[in-house]
Amino acid sequence: MKKIILLAILLSCAIGVSAQQKGELLIKNATVMTASGGTLQNRDILVRNGKIVQIGRDLKASADAQIFDGTGKFVTPGIIDAHSHAMMDAVNEFSFAVTSMARIRDVLDPTDISIYRALAGGVTAANLLHGSANPIGGQNSVVKFKWGHPIEDFLIADAPPGIKFAMGENVKRSNSQIQPGQTRRYPATRMGTVEVIRDAFVRARDYKQAWDDYRAKKTKVPPRRDLELEPLVEVLEGKRLVHAHGYRSDEHLNLLLIAKDFGFKVATLQHGLEAYKIAPEIAKSGTGVSIFADYWGYKIEAYDAIPYNAAILWKNGVVVSINSDSAERIRRLNIDAAKMMKYGGVPEEEALKMITLNPAKQLGIDKRTGSIEVGKDADIVIWSAHPFSVYAHPEVTMIEGEVFFDRQKDVAMRDQLEKEREALEKAEANLPPEKRGKSEKPKENPSPNGGLQ
Amino acid sequence: MIKKILNNLCLSLFICGSLFISAFAQNGGTQQNLTGRDGAFAITNARIVTVSGDTIENGTIIIRNGKIEAVGANIRAGGGVETIDGKGLTVYPGMIDAATNMGLIEIGGGAAGTVDVAETGNMNSNAKAITGINPNTSHINVTRVNGTTTVLSLPVSGLVSGQSAIINLNGATQSEMAVVPVFGLIVNFPRVTTFEFAPGVGRRAIEYSQAVKQRDKNVEDLKKIFDEAALYAKTREAYAADKSLPHKDIDLKMEAMIPYLKGEKPVIFTADRERDIRGALKFADELKLKAIILGGAEAWKAADDLKKYNVPVIYTNMWSMPLGQDADYDSMYAGPGKMKAAGVKFAIASGDDGANARDLPYQAGMSAAYGLSKEDALKAVTIYPAEILGISDKMGSIETGKVANIVVTDGDLLDARTNIKYLFINGRLLPLTSRHTELYEAFKNRK
Repeated sequence: MKKIILLAILLSCAIGVSAQQKGELLIKNATVMTASGGTLQNRDILVRNGKIVQIGRDLKASADAQIFDGTGKFVTPGIIDAHSHAMMDAVNEFSFAVTSMARIRDVLDPTDISIYRALAGGVTAANLLHGSANPIGGQNSVVKFKWGHPIEDFLIADAPPGIKFAMGENVKRSNSQIQPGQTRRYPATRMGTVEVIRDAFVRARDYKQAWDDYRAKKTKVPPRRDLELEPLVEVLEGKRLVHAHGYRSDEHLNLLLIAKDFGFKVATLQHGLEAYKIAPEIAKSGTGVSIFADYWGYKIEAYDAIPYNAAILWKNGVVVSINSDSAERIRRLNIDAAKMMKYGGVPEEEALKMITLNPAKQLGIDKRTGSIEVGKDADIVIWSAHPFSVYAHPEVTMIEGEVFFDRQKDVAMRDQLEKEREALEKAEANLPPEKRGKSEKPKENPSPNGGLQ
Repeated sequence: MIKKILNNLCLSLFICGSLFISAFAQNGGTQQNLTGRDGAFAITNARIVTVSGDTIENGTIIIRNGKIEAVGANIRAGGGVETIDGKGLTVYPGMIDAATNMGLIEIGGGAAGTVDVAETGNMNSNAKAITGINPNTSHINVTRVNGTTTVLSLPVSGLVSGQSAIINLNGATQSEMAVVPVFGLIVNFPRVTTFEFAPGVGRRAIEYSQAVKQRDKNVEDLKKIFDEAALYAKTREAYAADKSLPHKDIDLKMEAMIPYLKGEKPVIFTADRERDIRGALKFADELKLKAIILGGAEAWKAADDLKKYNVPVIYTNMWSMPLGQDADYDSMYAGPGKMKAAGVKFAIASGDDGANARDLPYQAGMSAAYGLSKEDALKAVTIYPAEILGISDKMGSIETGKVANIVVTDGDLLDARTNIKYLFINGRLLPLTSRHTELYEAFKNRK
C-alpha cells in the first residue's frame, strides 16, 4: 500500500513537472523573423502545450507562464540541419554496396555532447543520415534535439521515413586503402554505381510484384520477406524519401534519370556542389538540394563548388537548404545562411528559409516546424542580435515550448561544475594507482563487465 | 643568405614586372591570379577605419606608388588621380591571416600533385614555404576578394616543419608576393598523445604515464636538434675565425637553424593544450629562442607564462570543437576575449589550408559575440597580426606611408553579409574576380 501511495506521489510529481514544461510561455516584444510571413517588429509569441497559439502585440498569458523579455532581441524558428551525423555511434555500414536494411535508428546516442552544442547554435532538428560509402546506404532518422530526454522523444514520429543514396568517389571507395589480398568492392566507377542502383530497383520492382500478386491471390505462397528490398519498395511507392549524396552534376542527373525510369522522386540531392550547373533540370524534377554554403576545394569533386550555388538554385525555383554535415559547422549555420545574401543576393527571408522552412519541407516536417506560425510546434530561438550578424549568439533555444538551451543558465552553472570537476579529480577512485592511499588497494571488479548489468 | 637572394630577386622582378603589368591587366583569366593595375587613386567621402587611430567618418585616402600617400578628413585629391566616390562605403586596412597553408595545397583530399605542405622526415629546417607556394592557386583570388590581403603560409609536418613565408595575395611570382620570404621556423612542439591509430585495430588508448614518457622523449629529440645546431654554429664560427681549425662542411639544415638559435627570427611553436603551451614556453626560454605560440586553444589558461615570457599567440581555434566533453560549449569562441582580459598578445588566424581561409573575418567577428570587443576583433585580424609578424611598420592599419593594402566595403568588414567593392594590394587595384565568380558567370543564366 505504502508503495502504491509513493508511486502515486512520484507520478503526480512527474506530471507536475511535465505540465510546467508543457504549459504556457510568452516571448514579449521581440523582432520576430518568421521565415514564412516576413519580419515582425515588437511582437509577442504565446506558446501553449508546445504549440505557437498566438502572435501579436500585448498578449496575455496565465499567471504561471514562463516569460521571456524579447526587447532588443531577435526570434527565429529553430534551425534545421538536413544533413547531420550527430548522435550516431556509427555512420557507414561499409560491407555491401546496398545496405538499405541498415537503420540509423539503431545507433542513436541521446547523450552525445554535440546535441547540446548544436542547440547552443540554435539548431532544434536534424536529418541524421547514413554515410556515403554505398550507392544505397541505410535508413535515416529525423529528430529533434531534446537533450536530456529518452531517445524515443527525439524521433519525429510523423516525419516520413527516408534512405540515403550516394554517388561519386566515396561510393567508389577511391580514398580507402585496399589491403593486400583484398578484393576491391564493386562498384569502382560511376558506371558501376549507376548499375548497382538500377539493379537494386529492378529487384525491388520484382519483389513488389511478387507481393502484389500474392495479395491479389494470384499466387498461394507468400514471398519470403526481404529487408533489403522492402525500403526500396517504399521508395517506389512514394512512401520513403531518397536523400542522395553527390558532387558532380552529371552523377546527379544520372540518378534523376534512374528515378524517372522507375517512377519515383528524389527528395533531396545532398551536397550537390555542382547543382548550379543543372539548376533547370533539378527544378523540373521537383527535387530539393541541400548544400554547404561555401565549403569547397577539399577534394577534386568539390573543386567546382561555388558559394553562388544557393542563389542560382533559388532563382530557378529549387527548394534549397544549407546543411552542416559536421558537429562543428552545425553550431554556426546562421552565419552560413547570412553568406547567401552576399553571394548572389538571396533576400534575407529566403536565406533564413534555407536553414529553417526549406529543410523542413525537404524532410516532410514543414507542417509542424520550420517557421513561426500559429499552430506550429514552438521550436524557437531567441538571439542576442540579428541572427545573421557575426556578433549574435543564441540566448535561448526551445523545442515544443521546452527550453533545452539557456545561455544565462549555462554560464551561471560553470563555477559549480568546475568545483564538481575538481572534487571528482581528487576523489580516491579517480587518482592514478600510485597516488591512491596505501591502505586502499585497487578493488577487483565484482563482475567481468565492471559491475554494469 | 637565402633571404638576401630572394630580396634581390624580388627587387629585379618587381622592376621587370612593372614593364609588362599593363599587358597582364588585360588578361581575363582570373585563375591565373590577375595582378591588377597600378595607378594613383583617391577614395573620397568615405568612412575610414584606420584601426590605429580614430575612425574618420568622412574622409579621403590617396594611394600612390603602392603606398598610402595621405589620409584624413581634409585631404584634397590633386590632378592625375583616379577618384573613387566612397559615399556610403567604408575603407579598412586589408586583413592579415597569420596562419594558413596558402599556395601549398590546392586540393587536399586525394589529388596527388597539388599538395606541397608536408615534407618527409622529422627535421626540415631548411624547407622554405616560399619555394613551394603556387602563385597561381585559385585560393588566392577567392580569399582576397573577401578582404584578406596578406597571409602567413606555413609547412606542417614532423618536428621541425620548415620556414614560413609572409606573402601578399597578389603577384605573378613567389618573389612578387613575398613580404617576408623567410619568416619563422615552424616547430610542432611534442604533445602528450593519449591515443594512437593501430593498423587493423583503429583508435586505441595509450596509458597516460606512457604518453607523458613518449612526449618527454620527443622533447629530448627536439632539444638535441637545437643543441646540434648550436654546436654546428659554434664550430663554423670558430673555423671562420681560425682557418687552422678542422673545416666543418656546410649542412643546409643546420645552417637554417642559426638565425633562430640566435633569437634573430621567431620560432613558431604549434601548441594547443595548456601543458603543451607551458612546455613550449619553458623550452624556448631555456634555449633563449624568440617564440610565438600557434594554435593556442587553451592559451588563456597559460596567460601568466605567456606574459612572463612576453610570447604572443596566433589563435587558430575559433571554429574548433571544445577540447573535451565537459569544456564550455563556447570555450573556443571565448578564447580571444579571455586572452585580451588576461593581457596576452594575440591574433586570430584561420589556420586553414587555403580554400576556406576566406572565413577569417567571420571567425574574428564571432569572438566579439563571446567576450571580445568589436574593435579588438578587427584588430585581431589587422594590426595585432602585423605586430606579431613584425610588419606593423608596413601594414595592419591605415596610416600615411604604409603599404596600400586596402579594402573598401559596403558594411562591417567582419559581417558575412558585407560586400567588398574595391580591393588594393601594394596599391594595385585588383579585379574582384575569382574561380567562383567565373563559374557563377558561366552558369547563372543557363536555361
